[in-house]
Amino acid sequence: MDDNDLRLDGNAAGGLLNEVFRFEMTAAATTCSGCGAIKPVGELMLYGHGMGIILRCAGCDVALIRITHIRGCYRLDLSGMICLQIDADIQ
Amino acid sequence: MAGNFISRGFKGRRRETDATLKERIPPGQYETKDFPVLSAGPTPRTSLERWNFSIYGEIGEELKWTWDEFQKLPRETVMVDIHCVTKWSKLDTVWTGVSVDTLLAGIDLDRQPVRYLIAFCDGGYTTNLPLTDVRGGKAWIAYEYDGKLLTPEHGGPARLLVPHLYFWKSAKWVRGFKLLTEDRPGFWESVGYHNYGDPWNEQRYAGD
Amino acid sequence: MERLNWQLGTVVEIRQETPSVKSLILDVPDWARHAAGQHVDVRLTAEDGYQTQRSYSIASPPEETYLMLTVERIEGGEVSPYLTDELRVGDGIELRGPIGGYFVWETNDERSNNSPLFLIGGGSGIVPLMAMIRHRANSAQTVPTKLLYSSSSYEDIIYRDELGRLSAKDPSLRVIHTLTRRQPENWTGYGRRIDRAMLAEIAWQPAENPLAFVCGPTALVETVATNLQELGYGPGRIKTERFGPTGG
Repeated sequence: MDDNDLRLDGNAAGGLLNEVFRFEMTAAATTCSGCGAIKPVGELMLYGHGMGIILRCAGCDVALIRITHIRGCYRLDLSGMICLQIDADIQ
Repeated sequence: MAGNFISRGFKGRRRETDATLKERIPPGQYETKDFPVLSAGPTPRTSLERWNFSIYGEIGEELKWTWDEFQKLPRETVMVDIHCVTKWSKLDTVWTGVSVDTLLAGIDLDRQPVRYLIAFCDGGYTTNLPLTDVRGGKAWIAYEYDGKLLTPEHGGPARLLVPHLYFWKSAKWVRGFKLLTEDRPGFWESVGYHNYGDPWNEQRYAGD
Repeated sequence: MERLNWQLGTVVEIRQETPSVKSLILDVPDWARHAAGQHVDVRLTAEDGYQTQRSYSIASPPEETYLMLTVERIEGGEVSPYLTDELRVGDGIELRGPIGGYFVWETNDERSNNSPLFLIGGGSGIVPLMAMIRHRANSAQTVPTKLLYSSSSYEDIIYRDELGRLSAKDPSLRVIHTLTRRQPENWTGYGRRIDRAMLAEIAWQPAENPLAFVCGPTALVETVATNLQELGYGPGRIKTERFGPTGG
């Protein structure tokens, strides 16, 4: 078993994403700035537990979403993502 | 953030530290005997044939070592305590590597305006440090942990080791330093972590 | 959608599912109706204020009054041994949810209408799939459904008897087990980890426009997803949820 077997996906970030966004986010579609892949947040690879959340493209590893939650303040870096598509009808 | 509810009977994984060791644990930390692995990305697997370490930047020259050249540099084995910002501390860890003083010896730093460095790594991780914090026997490029070659999961082939600061500064998979006149925040520093990171003053987050 | 807040549930029943797995049945006042496949975050707080959190899939279907979480005890874990060894009926447990909109199956979902379902689970990965199976049974749905479920042994099959009963009375639900570590005498089923050949034998044909949900240990999820892609399942027709190294 290599340590890729330890990794989780964007589903596990659903709770934190809900804190930041008002929309259900695991089904939101992201466009990767590295390779152009369009994937739901649930299919991004999750890293960083403990210090913050990093969601990376499963294909090219570019960090699409970085979030830290420090003393009640959220900081987001979405620079790895070209487009985020949220279906407002999803509950 | 914390509510009022206490989970009856829950103790968590923390450990009580021996009274004789308590002074070695910085404020807000607890001791662990494990070695938790925290990563910001997938584990890179760089072959030793491809690996090199370089120092460049606003110094007008570039120094570079291949793995074989690096192995020929004077090596040191040190025993240090390490402190992670996620609150665990691990005492008496043993590392072998090259002192950063050895690597910087070829540059006449007194005649250069550079004061800071950005450590850059396979996988894209970066962290920033004042030059003074990697000089004077305070930092190493480590390629062995506990007498064995550093595994990729723990940062191998080589990682930066700067034990007097929180461990996110001890960048895994390090490939070199860019020397700068102005400070520039790295991966975690740019999203709210402290720019310097002294565990003894509990400098975890920006503003501490 | 509202921002989720931490809620306090009370344990009303604890059920032993297998030697290392327990189900916690919780009463959560004002619980917002969830969808099959969603999860909750559980938060534990020690007396000195130390907190830690884990996600657990919801095992109960949306129409059930109580919330069921099924927890596999991980040796050396920080949270699961507390939930399986320490927690008692009457205790409180803090949770937040329901969370998730990607890994869900709803009976009125356009994407899944008329699509045969292929559910693949390993170990505790069965939990969100069981919520889907229970919801499907309660809604008298007959969408053709196959469950391929990987467990280490017969004794470790979670919800074994219930799956047997549901599939016995519903010809449109087929349950296929594979036992990876040991098999009982007279076992005629699969006896190995899920691989390409097994999937090729069982999977719905891509032409039937199936929808697959894969859940369990990361290695299993990635193997299955890759193989289903190679068998012709298109983008958006394979939904994955990774549980990390041990499946919970």
